[in-house]
Amino acid sequence: MAKLNVNGNLLEIDVEDDTPLLWVIREHVGLTGTKYGCGVAQCGACTVHLDGVATRSCALPVSAITPEQKILTIEGLGAQTPHPVQQVWAELDVAQCGYCQVGMIMAAASLLAQNTHTSDADIRSEITNICRCGTYTRVLAGVKLAAERMAANRG
Amino acid sequence: MTMKHAAPVNTAAGRVTRRNFLGGAAAAAGAFTFGFSFPLPQNAVAQTATPEVNAWVVIQPDDTVIIRIARIEMGQGALTGLAQLVAEDLDCDWSKVRYELIDPGANKARAMVWKSQQTGGSRSIRGSHDYLRLGGAQARAILVTAAARQWGVQPDTCSVTKGVIRHAASGRSTTYGAIAAAATGIAPPADVKLKDPMDWTIVGQPVKRIDTLDKLDGSLVYGMDISMPGMLVAIPKACPVHGGKLKSFDAAAVSSMRGVKLVLKVDDETVAVVADTFWRAKSALDALPIVWDEGENAEVSSETIAATLREGLSAPEAFVGNRAGDAKAVLAGARRVLEADYGFPFQNHAPMEVLSATVRWTPERCEAWVPTQAPDTALTAVVAAAGLPAQSCDLHIMRIGGSFGRRLSTEYVQIATRIAKALPGTPVKMMWTREEDMLQGRFHPVTQARFRGALDAQGNIEALHMRLSGQSILSYALPNLMTANGDPIVYQGLLADGPEGHLGYTIPNLLIDYAMRNPHIRPGFWRGVNLNQNAVYMECFIDELAAAAGQDPLAFRRRLMRNHPKHLAVLEAAAKGIGWDTPPAPGRARGIAQIMGFGSYVAAAAEVSVTNGQLKMHRIVAATDPGHVVNPQQVDAQVAGSFVYGLSAMIYGECTVKDGRIEQENFDTYNVLRLDEMPEVEVISMPSGGFWGGVGEPTIAVAAPAVLNAVFAATGKRVRQLPLKNVDLNVS
Repeated sequence: MAKLNVNGNLLEIDVEDDTPLLWVIREHVGLTGTKYGCGVAQCGACTVHLDGVATRSCALPVSAITPEQKILTIEGLGAQTPHPVQQVWAELDVAQCGYCQVGMIMAAASLLAQNTHTSDADIRSEITNICRCGTYTRVLAGVKLAAERMAANRG
Repeated sequence: MTMKHAAPVNTAAGRVTRRNFLGGAAAAAGAFTFGFSFPLPQNAVAQTATPEVNAWVVIQPDDTVIIRIARIEMGQGALTGLAQLVAEDLDCDWSKVRYELIDPGANKARAMVWKSQQTGGSRSIRGSHDYLRLGGAQARAILVTAAARQWGVQPDTCSVTKGVIRHAASGRSTTYGAIAAAATGIAPPADVKLKDPMDWTIVGQPVKRIDTLDKLDGSLVYGMDISMPGMLVAIPKACPVHGGKLKSFDAAAVSSMRGVKLVLKVDDETVAVVADTFWRAKSALDALPIVWDEGENAEVSSETIAATLREGLSAPEAFVGNRAGDAKAVLAGARRVLEADYGFPFQNHAPMEVLSATVRWTPERCEAWVPTQAPDTALTAVVAAAGLPAQSCDLHIMRIGGSFGRRLSTEYVQIATRIAKALPGTPVKMMWTREEDMLQGRFHPVTQARFRGALDAQGNIEALHMRLSGQSILSYALPNLMTANGDPIVYQGLLADGPEGHLGYTIPNLLIDYAMRNPHIRPGFWRGVNLNQNAVYMECFIDELAAAAGQDPLAFRRRLMRNHPKHLAVLEAAAKGIGWDTPPAPGRARGIAQIMGFGSYVAAAAEVSVTNGQLKMHRIVAATDPGHVVNPQQVDAQVAGSFVYGLSAMIYGECTVKDGRIEQENFDTYNVLRLDEMPEVEVISMPSGGFWGGVGEPTIAVAAPAVLNAVFAATGKRVRQLPLKNVDLNVS
């Protein structure tokens, strides 16, 4: 039995201890925005926030997570109003097939929550998600623009 | 007809409510605006009760314009471009455009009114622009006729601006939405004319994609995301040695594991576990004892395959793809001959979303939800595996998380249907693991090339013989398309003439021939197909000849390209963009490459540095002439994405074979380019008009040779065997 706090909802889920968080989110909680890409924490399509930190959920067993830890999925990000990263992604038409983009957005949102004065080099080294369509140039532009806006809003 | 009304929606608890910005109405009302009116998400426009104007266009009373899209959107942006083509000649208000997808059964039922749905070969736009523009123009004519009849005037006295029809003489006006109901049954006039490209206002504009918003909050339902009541999950595993068989498996060893419902033989080479969730199915499959009959290829390795191909490089018999003069005779008597061998490995498509298909089979009916690039073939696969009459089978198009040619094949659709047939009445979602996807790919074909080039005293190429040896995609995938010259697409970009991809060099004595050598690893159409290795081979060897002749690579090419002005124009543009005429900064070096493929002319120029054996790609400039550009910002995205795909292949892309099977099972051993290595990309779009070329693929081919030629300029090292990760770039 896993006890998880997903997007602010405390859930009790009857799964085996070794079940990766990704599959609990997708199949038991029913939130399919978080994607399966590799299952070995390589590609980042499964990125969620664990207490605000971008975390690859596909190789993280639910038994390693406590009910006190806050899990945020793409469905919970900007649930009231779109997150600045989502808004910028729409403005710059970043997504192609879109499959990896939820992970990209979660990774970017986590990075910017920690530091809106991030450099090109930081973004390049911190966002290690794989995109096979090849959206990287717009991802880079998008993170920079979102960073500027978030920094401006914080004064 | 449309997908979403038939597709189940995610019903599980915990799903957050749809974000307000996703509702088109909310966005339009200003609750949240992006500065552009976004269409409703796809499922919001399905199942409209409004009658259509024609097959391509439905207009609702509120002036919403629904454009039917028959080709597959898989990230390449075709959906938006195709809608632009219809909207242009329809003269509608682009901000009111929504879309609807067509299922192949609906297309068949209407005598293929939406034409081919096959989506590959960079063909979506160039293969349908004419009938889409006509469809838009005919819908416009029907709507104008309806208004003119109501007003008792001649249609040709009416004008249309952004979906508003006006009769200037009487001052009357109406909108498409207001008149659409009266347009039912009106036949289009026979003499509908298409707009002159000079008058285009929607085509050629950098409009944003009309299918973006539900990609940004996780609400878009891809094939993998389907859920329906009572659904089970199946994971297949096929013999890792292609062509081998499933000998036996011990279902009893796993059948008591939690959630496991069924362990079954799917076909001669495939076993599958069906369970209530992915993880339980995977856990059981991992624990399942399986015995394979690996067959005659169990000893094959990359080395034995390479040896077979190497034999083909000098084999006396070969198909001829392009011949001028007598290359062999001139080479035999030449004063100076340069020789080089090149090689290009197997590669996996590795789309982010692995293969899946969901099927519900009953003795009366079979229904499938399938991400596919080939809807018609996929439906045929469902029918074949279901064992039911065609009219009892249906296939709903699902959105795709990248594909790059992988889903042109349909074997996974058969596997999914066979599994569902074993569980009558139960919807079964078949999902592959990444590992299965990597092992059971339809791989970029393995080839080698041998060049012999003769230079005269002035450094001109007198003769060139290019021998290709290796794998034919068509002989495996579409043998009925083989010709007397073997596999005609082996010569992509190297042909003597034709609109698809002809060589941009005039060489007096030329022979390009091909020894077909087919290993057992199954090949497929991999984004860019054979243009990729052909461009590496030809453009790198031309560079070698230029160096041997002591000439600048651009100046050397110019002399060969006098009869090929479109090839040359893109090359000049890319070279200018990188600053070819001015020396690079210290430590940096440049390279160029060009080719024609998929009907378009493309070139690239790269600037790199190599420090302590480490390559850094600083800048890359692409120039593209696809004839017409429907959406410049989508062309930018495709060209930039093509560099990622092409450079990933160049640096990392390699699937090796040991004991008959592919060795790479995931991204940890099959790495791809990531953001940290992405160079700055500059895209020069230079449509010269008069023809329609593709954009999704050709630039991939010039990415690698431009960088490899720059690597030579930086290090003096020729990289002839890809990928680059295996090559030591340290200068000794």
